[in-house]
Amino acid sequence: MMKKKLAFGVAIAAALVLSACSSGNPLGSTSPNPSGASATSITVGSANFPENELLADIYAGALTAKGVTVTKKLNIASRETYVPALKNGEIDLIPEYTGAFSKYLNPDADISTEAAALASLKAALPDTLTALEPASAQDKDSITVTRATATQYNLTTIDDLVPVAKDLVLGGPPEWKNRSYGVPGLKKTYGLSFKDFKALDTAGPLTVQALKNGQVQAANLFTTDPAIKANDFVSLTDTKSFFGAQNVIPVLTKTKATPEVTAALNAVSAKLDTDTLATLVTKVVVDKQDAATVASDWLKANGLS
Amino acid sequence: MSFVWEWLTNPAYWQGSDGIWVRLAEHLGYAAITLVVAAAIGIPLGLWIGHTGRGRLAVVNLANGVRSVPTLGLLFVAVLVLGPLLAGDIAFLVPAIFVLVVLAVPPILAGAYAGIESVDPSARDAARGMGMSSWQVLWRVEVPCALPLIFSGLRSSTLQVIATATLTASISLGGLGRFLIDGQAYRDYGQMAGGAVLVAALAMAVDLVFAVVQRIAVSPGLVPVRTSRRSARTRLVPNPA
Repeated sequence: MMKKKLAFGVAIAAALVLSACSSGNPLGSTSPNPSGASATSITVGSANFPENELLADIYAGALTAKGVTVTKKLNIASRETYVPALKNGEIDLIPEYTGAFSKYLNPDADISTEAAALASLKAALPDTLTALEPASAQDKDSITVTRATATQYNLTTIDDLVPVAKDLVLGGPPEWKNRSYGVPGLKKTYGLSFKDFKALDTAGPLTVQALKNGQVQAANLFTTDPAIKANDFVSLTDTKSFFGAQNVIPVLTKTKATPEVTAALNAVSAKLDTDTLATLVTKVVVDKQDAATVASDWLKANGLS
Repeated sequence: MSFVWEWLTNPAYWQGSDGIWVRLAEHLGYAAITLVVAAAIGIPLGLWIGHTGRGRLAVVNLANGVRSVPTLGLLFVAVLVLGPLLAGDIAFLVPAIFVLVVLAVPPILAGAYAGIESVDPSARDAARGMGMSSWQVLWRVEVPCALPLIFSGLRSSTLQVIATATLTASISLGGLGRFLIDGQAYRDYGQMAGGAVLVAALAMAVDLVFAVVQRIAVSPGLVPVRTSRRSARTRLVPNPA
């Protein structure tokens, strides 16, 4: 919490101070990593939720085992913050999800199948970045309701929400409000109009609690979230593939994609399926084990380090 | 700087249910509720401590200890603990106000007891000598003389609360913090910095109002004391920063 507060404070302070000069990118560093020439040093970043940090730890562990010098910059923020950092070389590698990242880069991307999502991602990636092999593991966004709500309105798919959504409040991360990937997209694809949208956290404890206590009746949670099973929540089937295919995939700066780096990361993808990922996430989120330890144990057990 | 100006001067951002006017009103609302509750706790307690000299060590140390608790951390703990006990949006509002009150009480309390303590003992003796009861001494002599410091505690607390009420947006509530949180989520620096400018402007405007009220409420006879009050304030009501 302290860390979050500090990061928040720093972000605001930086925004304030730097907005005084007319730089177009107040939070970004002005020059790319000066030591960028060395291909054997990689800065791994992650988004600000536990699974993504865990994946970054797994990548970092697999690379370290192959003699690559790894620096970790985890828990950065949402795509709006870390993608520019990836483009300007502040970070070199990030665990991504094929569908969500494609939609971020190109709101019209086709992500209805795993192959389509991968093709869309490769087409939409900036020239400086490359996507390696995707894992079979998928972590999808979902619209999740409580068992009681599902029973009351007879809900199994997102379509079932359409006639009753006007009485329900949707909860999700703040950026969902205006993102094509959030509220506007749900309206366009499903014709869903909720009574209200509440900006909570990114599928974290605040969202789980708000859903459990009824401040929101539908919420965005990740399909690998242990809280879904623990609270007997129901994730509604996404019949129109709005959230699409979401395979875990390493996205890397092209200049850092040496054969040894590529081989190490593809080996991780080959071993990672959804069940494995859900189990590892449960160890971190529910059992409160250290993510780096969970990552290194899994890598050892699978002969990757 | 231009994008901040563009954001602030675009009339579209001022209107509607999530426009700047509504957020300003929400922000003032949170701050007002907080200050009323905090003053209702801090001023009577401070007057009692100052007047009787009792409980000073315990209460003052406790209040100062509470000040070191990180507000954002406390906010999330409060939501997770108090939230399940409450229904509807109150489940977010009550924890938010609770956390802000925790932040707001210490400066108000310090202002009140320091104000009473700083009253010239000879004035107090004279009042007793005239036959005033303990209650009359408090209301007719001590409180009027303590007003400058009571006001300074209130003003210091108000500034802190207006700045910190931005955090309520992180638990889905409104207020000017929405622009900071949402601006960060969208990487919209115009909105983020614009929101911060509005918070600062609001804090200054409210402080100005307090300054005017203080000028009217405080006896002109106390004005020459102002220089010593300044030094007393910096000593007894530490700057929130």
